[in-house]
Amino acid sequence: MIAILKVNNIVSGYGKVIVVRDFNIEIEKGEIVSIIGRNGIGKSTFVKTLVGILPNKEGSIFFKEQDITNVKAHERAWSGIGYVPQGHGVFPTLTVEENLMTGQLINKKKSNLDFNLVYDYFPRLRERKKQKAGTLSGGEQAALAISRALVGNPDLLVLDEPTEGIQPNIVHHISDIITKINQDLGLTVLFVEQHIGLIQQMSQRCYAMDKGTIVGEIQNEEVKNYEILKRYLAV
Amino acid sequence: MAIFELIYQFMNNFSFLILSAVGLAIIFGMMGIINLAHGEFIMLGAYITTLATASGVPLPLAILLAAAGVGVFGLIVDRLIINRLYGRTLDSVVVTWGISMILSQGILIIFGPSLEGSSTPLGSISIAGATYSTYRILLFFIAIVMLGIIYWLFMHTKFGLYSRATMQKHDIANTMGINTNKMYSLTFMLGAALAGLTGGLYAPTMAVSPTFGSAFLMPSFVTVIVGGANPLIGTSLSGGVLGVVNSILDILWGTFYGRLGLLVVAIIVIRLLPLGFSGLVEKKLMRGRGI
Repeated sequence: MIAILKVNNIVSGYGKVIVVRDFNIEIEKGEIVSIIGRNGIGKSTFVKTLVGILPNKEGSIFFKEQDITNVKAHERAWSGIGYVPQGHGVFPTLTVEENLMTGQLINKKKSNLDFNLVYDYFPRLRERKKQKAGTLSGGEQAALAISRALVGNPDLLVLDEPTEGIQPNIVHHISDIITKINQDLGLTVLFVEQHIGLIQQMSQRCYAMDKGTIVGEIQNEEVKNYEILKRYLAV
Repeated sequence: MAIFELIYQFMNNFSFLILSAVGLAIIFGMMGIINLAHGEFIMLGAYITTLATASGVPLPLAILLAAAGVGVFGLIVDRLIINRLYGRTLDSVVVTWGISMILSQGILIIFGPSLEGSSTPLGSISIAGATYSTYRILLFFIAIVMLGIIYWLFMHTKFGLYSRATMQKHDIANTMGINTNKMYSLTFMLGAALAGLTGGLYAPTMAVSPTFGSAFLMPSFVTVIVGGANPLIGTSLSGGVLGVVNSILDILWGTFYGRLGLLVVAIIVIRLLPLGFSGLVEKKLMRGRGI
C-alpha cells in the first residue's frame, strides 16, 4: 500500500511554546485513522500544522509523496487536503449554499461530489440552503462543515473533533456517512477525537497521543477494546 | 423653496460621505487596517485627474485614470508595506499615518502648494428661483450606482464570496484553498482605487493642493465608525443618516454646525451601538432568520 500521508518528527506550537514534538504518523490510502487523546495534549495543534495554518518548526510532512512541509495552507487545500475545523468553523453570515461554494473552489473536476450528493447525505442542509450558517444548530453546522470539505473532492479528509457539542443521534449519523463515503469513494480519513463511541465506530486504526507526541498505536481488534482506549483517554 | 434646497443639500452631503468613506470602509471592514493615508490617496486621485485634464484628457477618462492610477499605487503600497500589517489594526494606524505624511509632503515638494484647478463642469440648473450645480447632482447618482456595483461585486461574484469568507474567518478560508493574502492585496487595491475615484470626481469642485485629502478624512472616518465593519450596509446606512443630519444643520445654522453634528451623532451612535449600524443590522438578520 502507498502512504498518502507521512508525518516525520514534526515540532509545532504557538510562538515559543512547543505543543507538539517528535510527532510521527503514516496513513495509507483508503484508511480511516483516528488520533485519540485527552483535552489539551496538542491534537488540534497537530491538525492545524497539518493543514498549514500553524508553521512546523522542525520535521517534514509528505502528502501523496510530495514534500508539503513549506507549502502554504491554501496550496495544501488545492493539493487535496479537506479540513473540518474544531467547532465546525462555518462562515456564520454566509448562507449554507455559499459555505458550500467556498468548499467547491478546490474541486477541479466539479463532478464527483456535487451539492446534491451532500444534500442527499444531509437533507436538512438542502431545506436550509438559503439560511445563514450562523443560525444552524450545532449538528447542522457539523454537517455543513463536513459537506463543505467533501464538495472540494479531497483525497484526504481531516476532521478535528467533528462531533464536539452535538447530539448523540447526529454523531451516529455523521459517522455512518463518513464510513459510507470512505467505502464508496475510497476517501482517506484522519480524525482527531476523544469520544470513545465515535472512535470505535469509525476507526480502522488509532494513534494514541499524549503530551504532544504519539505514545501508542492501536490496531485491529484492539480498537474495539473499550479498556485499551479508555486508558489513553482517562484523565 | 426650502424643500428643494434640503433635497439638494442631502444629495450633496450623502454623496460626499459615501464617496469619501467607501474605500476606507472596504479596507477597514475586510482587513482590519485603518488607513490614515486614505485622504492622501484621494488627494493623489485629484492630482492625477487635474494633471490629465490639463494635458487634454477628457474629464470622465481622467477620473477613471485616477481610479486606476491610485489602485495600482495601492497595490504597490500593499506589497511593500501593508502586507506586513494584516490583522494588526493599531500598528496600521502609525504606519499609514507615516505614508500619509510622505505623500502630502512629497506632492508639496514636486508640485508646490497648489495646482491650477479646472472649473466644475456641466453648469447649473435652476429650480424655483434657486440654482443647483448639475455636476453635484450627478455625483449623487454616481454614489448610488457605485454602491450598487459594490453590492453586486460583494454579493454576486466569486471574488465577493471569497472575500466575505476571508473577512469572517481568514484561517479557515485559507484552508478552503482561498489565497487570503491575495484577497487582502486585491481589497487594498480596490479601496485605494475607490479613493482615487473620489479624488478624481471632486477634483473639479475644490482647490487641488497637497492638503486636498484633509477635507475628506474626518467625514470618511465618522461615516465608517458610525457604519461599523460591514462596508456595504454600514456605509450606506450611516451615509444616509449622517447625510440627513448634516443637511438639516447646514441649512439651519451653516456648515460649521453641520460638521459638528456629524461628530455628535458619531458619539451618540458609538455609545448606543458600539459596532455601529452594521452590528445592529447583522444582529437583526441573525435573529430574524431564527433557528
